[in-house]
Amino acid sequence: MNIDELVRQPGEWLRSAGPMSDVVISTRIRLARNLSGYPFLTRASPDAREELSELLRRGIQAAVREQNWSYFDITRSADLDRQVLVERHLISRQHAEGEGSRGVAVSPSETVALMVNEEDHLRMQSIRSGLQLDDVWNEISAIDDLLEERFEFAYHPRYGYLTACPTNVGTGMRLSVMLHLPGLKLTNEIEKVLRAARDLHLAVRGLFGEGTDPAGDFFQISNQITLGRSELDIIEEFRTQIIPRVLEFEGEARRALLRERAVALEDKIWRSFGALQNARSISSEETLSHLSHLRMGIHLGRFRELDLNLLNELFLLTQPAHLQKLSGGKLAGEDRGVQRAEFIRQRLNQN
Amino acid sequence: MNKHCQRCKKAAATVHLTDVTKQGNRERHLCDRCAQEEGYVVKAPHVALQELLTGFVMSQPAVQELSQLTCPHCHLTFAEFRNGGLLGCPKDYEVFEQALTPLLQRAHDGQTRHAGKAPRRLGTPRSFQADLARLRKSLQQAVDREDYETAARLRDQIDAIEQK
Repeated sequence: MNIDELVRQPGEWLRSAGPMSDVVISTRIRLARNLSGYPFLTRASPDAREELSELLRRGIQAAVREQNWSYFDITRSADLDRQVLVERHLISRQHAEGEGSRGVAVSPSETVALMVNEEDHLRMQSIRSGLQLDDVWNEISAIDDLLEERFEFAYHPRYGYLTACPTNVGTGMRLSVMLHLPGLKLTNEIEKVLRAARDLHLAVRGLFGEGTDPAGDFFQISNQITLGRSELDIIEEFRTQIIPRVLEFEGEARRALLRERAVALEDKIWRSFGALQNARSISSEETLSHLSHLRMGIHLGRFRELDLNLLNELFLLTQPAHLQKLSGGKLAGEDRGVQRAEFIRQRLNQN
Repeated sequence: MNKHCQRCKKAAATVHLTDVTKQGNRERHLCDRCAQEEGYVVKAPHVALQELLTGFVMSQPAVQELSQLTCPHCHLTFAEFRNGGLLGCPKDYEVFEQALTPLLQRAHDGQTRHAGKAPRRLGTPRSFQADLARLRKSLQQAVDREDYETAARLRDQIDAIEQK
């Protein structure tokens, strides 16, 4: 598959609604691995980098043969195409903006993406809709096993999997759960919850991970400790402690809003619908904030005009790179707003 | 009432330790500085790596010597790592072990030993690793609730597995 085909619809993981999808948008696990016998990328010459990416690309393609995976050479990709991959959560911003030989292998459903030559030689992720902790772990661990038959990963009996940054050493695992928390945001309780999360050694970030601000009431919570705790311990902590608590707080906040501020809440939801139906120029931030209100409306049973699939589609396709790809090429900021508003109106009218 | 440090007898004791030994428990109360000098690491909240590195450099008297340390494999100096935050090759974990240990402890809530998946080629059965992880967790919980008898027993079990 090429990027032009990819761009037309959301990946499978965004099309379906997984468990707890009223609050949990997605579950993602990434594992960092490096090949032993090679320097980490900061000390790798351009030639060594090239050699590594070729070695990894071939190894991956041989391991997943006949399964219809795509491999994108990021070095040779156009800016807009790289941005599309970022918006689909298939590569990091760092990978898009990096230098030297690098790429990404993507499974047909887009649930698995293997970044080659990012900060580590290999960063493998599995991502799914809603809360699916076991599924993402089993999927990525199986891929890890499969690749381990072809590569020798740098591993130390005391320190575990060795990574370029000592904050990832050990399991090399980052478990990230993307949450939609409009209730906590509207009741001004969000800071309290985020502070509690940070006290538990968790990182709280925005929609696109490291270095991004939370937008549209979407927050990503991830583990930071990778040494001294097993993968299953970390997953278990999310399953039994962290996620249930966040779900409980958000549920409480939503119920309180319905009880005490029902009119204001409905007003917000319907104004957002009105804005999307009528805007003649709209930014991606404003779009995100309206879509966030509609999503909340759907889950509170206060809004039935649209279904979640259409919302998810708009959520992805109105982002800058997708919008530009779909309208045939690069657009200046102002034209983009006009194009976005038109695209949204069209989709809403088709409904 | 604040106790004074048992070692320097001046500063307030802020670190309270209980050594669990086969002969029984020994309680010690030290100030931050004496605890550090005795080699105890004071648990710190997780902070960004850059902050970790800065804090670490300030607290190391032998900083000059460490900065000059060079990996014979990738030729990264410890000073370069400190500036960039990224290591140069897998061997750095051993070459810079002494300097990295306090940093790992701060980044990973006091832990410096991997508990989790291992490559199959090493032939380490997974269940064995899971056992260790479970035991260490129980040990921590026992220490937290000051159940030192259980803690000592768990410690022995862990030692037995590790020495195999």
